[in-house]
Formats: sequence, structure tokens, C-alpha cells
Amino acid sequence: MTAQLIQFWGELSPLAWFGVKLLQVLAFVLPLALLVAALVLADRKIWAAVQMRKGPNVVGAFGLLQTIADALKFFFKEIVIPAGSDKFLFILAPVLGLVMAFTAWAVIPVAPGWVISDINVGVLYVLAISSLGVYSIIIGGWASNSKYPFMGALRSTAQMVSYEVSIGFIILTVIFLTGSMNLTDIVNAQEGGLFNWNMFRLNPVGEHGIANLLLFPIMFYMGVLFFISALAETNRPPFDLPEAESELVAGYQVEYSSTPFLMYFFAEYVNIMLLCSMMTLLFLGGWHAPIDVGLENPIVPPVLWFFIKTAFLFFLMAMVKAIVPRYRYDQLMRLGWKVFLPTALAAVILVSSWVVFFGDKIG
Amino acid sequence: MLVAISFYLLAFVAIAAAFMVVAARNPVHSVMWLILTFFSAAGLFILMGAEFLALLLVMVYVGAVAVLFLFVVMMLDVDFVELKQGFLSYLPIGGLVAIILLVEMILVGATYFTGANAKTVVDRSDESNIEAFGRVLYTDYAGVFEAAGFVLLVAMIGAIVLTLRDREGVRKQNAMDQMARTREDGVELVDIEPGQGVG
Repeated sequence: MTAQLIQFWGELSPLAWFGVKLLQVLAFVLPLALLVAALVLADRKIWAAVQMRKGPNVVGAFGLLQTIADALKFFFKEIVIPAGSDKFLFILAPVLGLVMAFTAWAVIPVAPGWVISDINVGVLYVLAISSLGVYSIIIGGWASNSKYPFMGALRSTAQMVSYEVSIGFIILTVIFLTGSMNLTDIVNAQEGGLFNWNMFRLNPVGEHGIANLLLFPIMFYMGVLFFISALAETNRPPFDLPEAESELVAGYQVEYSSTPFLMYFFAEYVNIMLLCSMMTLLFLGGWHAPIDVGLENPIVPPVLWFFIKTAFLFFLMAMVKAIVPRYRYDQLMRLGWKVFLPTALAAVILVSSWVVFFGDKIG
Repeated sequence: MLVAISFYLLAFVAIAAAFMVVAARNPVHSVMWLILTFFSAAGLFILMGAEFLALLLVMVYVGAVAVLFLFVVMMLDVDFVELKQGFLSYLPIGGLVAIILLVEMILVGATYFTGANAKTVVDRSDESNIEAFGRVLYTDYAGVFEAAGFVLLVAMIGAIVLTLRDREGVRKQNAMDQMARTREDGVELVDIEPGQGVG
């Protein structure tokens, strides 16, 4: 439907094509922005519930408007730019972070056909854009012209770059199993119920028969690794060393106030949602229901399944934040380089051998 | 039309940014301009239909190499104003390199336009980007490709060997020992009589 619409208007005039694309982008950005507001609140509520507190409950019913009140407060504060800082880069950094966080969503399919740009190298695009997001942190830390943000930025960047490597290898196993880098193809390959999802490959009567069972331990482990790497990649607890509230001030964003700070905060949550949805697409079957009912006239619309899975992953992230104690920096680096990277490399070799010996229908 | 506009825009940005890499006073700004150059080059690749190469360029050069550049440049404590004062003494050798590069570029351009010896090494326009790359790298030129990989591996091991040294008196945590520790190893219950110390 949308594809035909775009084709019709695109042939009419390039300007109308831009108009349709703009509407599509708005259709993604506005719900995302609202979702971020909801997620921030959910994060705080879950954290509070674990600690037997009430959490935000004053603004609006059950504190529903708390995030919006916070955002308004940030908008109306004064922007303080530190003396001797690089003014242009200081303002550019948070803008860059927010733009990159949203740009990555251009290739995320949330339901069949519900995607802004269904490109062949979708997975690679997400990796490339998320590696650009690192710049907002390192530039912001440097442009603040202060020691503490700078050290925070270096630590944060080192952490993100390290875990990006293992995330890349983990995603490679999924790409091998699908034979495509297109996210829609990856989801379609996991059609047919819970036991066809990449994380729970236990279907003994499916396409690859009993050989599927060999794959299950590897892919389940890869899914867990991806989740933990996603925590480190987004600087979430227990890997939130750059901004450890109880020990440091706020890492790279010490000097930021008002709207620029809000942008960093916003970008962080958009990135968290991006990684949750990437995990949904790569390991949890995207928009497919756990019981195979087909996509024709389903009781629960596909987009809702996608949302439920993503929200569940975010719930797990919030629980981890409440439960797990913080890692030390050397432990974090050891985990990334000496545990995750070798296991992910071994899995790449095992999965590619599996594809050679059993997966004759792939690629 | 739109492609032509995009090409000239990207090409102009790439060249202007490349010039600013040299012209910028602040080395961190130089790296920023370098990143913009890489990014515009990736845009040019996409215009030529090489989207895989473009995204690899962004991932490897912008996402990894330039970050390392930034790390080094930000942490170096070099007085760049002082460095620039010796500019004139470097002019002859710098000029020589520039002239050699210019001549080479003119030669390449001239051969391209006269069409002499112009031949396409690989033509796989019927396949997608990734398939074409995979076939060329892993079947046609597999040996050369793996040799290149080994060169990188040797460089990596060299870098590790350079920094790997055992210093005296440095205490490190051994993760396996730490995890193998039991309560019996770490805790000792002592019954202390009143009036006496642990002794």
C-alpha cells in the first residue's frame, strides 16, 4: 500500500516523493519520542518497585506526566557554556548524538512493510550509524574543556568501541543463518513459531530437521551475549561506569545543562530502544507470533508483537539496572575482550561450519 | 539531475573538507574535517551503486580509525603553534611530494580519458554488491586476500608484543583464582577469649 503510494507520487514529482518520505519519517519519530517519555517513566517505576519505593507519582495520574514535566524543565533552563570551551563543537555534539540515534531507525522494520528504507545492507547500516554515535560522546567530552568530562568521554568511547566488536561478530552468526543482511529477510527466515526464532532453534521437523538442535546451544548463548553487549553499548547498568551516579558526577556530560543535556538523555533512550528492537529482529523473530498463526488476519497485529517483545527486553534492562551491582572498569574490559570476543569468534566458526554441512538451502 | 546535483555537492564538500584538514589550526578540528571527507566519499560510493563499500568505509574509517586518531590527537600534548613555525624549512621536501602526487594524478586522469589500456578487471553487474565482493575476495583472489590478512595479524601481534612486559611489583587480579575462592579460603572464625587479643 505505502509502496504503491510512494511509487505513484514519486513518478509525479520528486517534491511529492520527499513529502511522502517526510511523512513516513514523522510517523516513526513522533511515536518514538512519546515512547521514550513512557520508557523513562517505566524505567524509574520498575527501579522503584524493586526497591519497594513508589517512584514518581505526583505529576499526573500515577506520575504519568513526570517525564514531560522534566523535559519542560530542561527546555526552560539556561544553557551554560563553559569558558574556554569549543562553542560550536560543544553544541554540535548532543545534536549529532540525537540525529544519529534517530537515523539508525530508518532501516528497522516494525511490521511487514512498515519500514522507511528496506535496503539490502540494513544490518551494516545500523552498525555504521551506531559507530557514528560514538562521536557525540567523544566530541562532547573534549569540547567541554574540562578534565572530568574528557576522562569520562575516553572511558565511555573505549567501552562502546570494545563492545561494538563483539556485537558485530554476534550479528554475523545471524547473517550466516539467513544468508542476507536485509532485516526484513532476517525476520522472514524466523517465521513459524517460537522454535524457529534464532534464539530458540529447537524445531526438529523444520527446514533443517534434527540438525537445528545442534544450533540451539550456540544461538541461545549468542542471544544472551547480544543482550549483555547491548547493555554495555548503551552505557546501561551494570556497565554505566562513565556516569556512575554514586561515584562520579556524570561522565562526559558533566558540563551539559538544559536542552543539550536533554538531547544526550533522549539519544541514550532512543539507542536503548534501537538495540532492544535489533535484538527482537535478530533473535526473537521480529513481528512473528510465538505460535504459528500466519500473518493473514491475525488476532494480535504484527506490530503489536514487535512492540511486546521490545518492551519485554526493555523491562529486562530495567530489572538488570535495579538488581545487578556495577562492574569495575578492568572487569568490563576483560569481559569484553577476553570472554565475549573469543566466544563470539568461536560461534562464528561453528555456525559457518553448520551452514556448510547442514544449511544447504541458505544463501 | 538529482544525481548530478548530489554528486557535485558531495564532491565539493569532500574536497573543501580535505583542504580544511590541512588548513585548520586546531588538530582536533583537522580530524573532524577528515571525518567529513570520509563521509562525503562514502556518499559518492553510494551514488555509484557501491552501498556495501560505502557502509564499510563509514564503519571502518569513520567508526574506528578516526576515533583512534581523535584519541591520540586529543591526548597528545604537542604545541602545534610551535610546530608550525618550522613550516618554511619543510617546504622543499613537502613541495616535492606534492608535485610528485600531482604528476601521478594527472597521469592517471590522462590515461583514463584517452582510454588507453582501460579495461574492467571484474564485471559482476548482475549480482548484488555483497555477493560480488564475496566472490572476488574469497574465490578469485582468496590467496592474496588471506596474505593481506596475515600481514595485518603480524602487525597486530607486533603491537601486542611491544606493550607486553612483565613489571616487577605490579599486582594483578587473576579472575580464575578469584572465582575459585571459597568461603573456607577467605574467612576464618576465631574464638577470642575475653581479655586476650587475636595474638
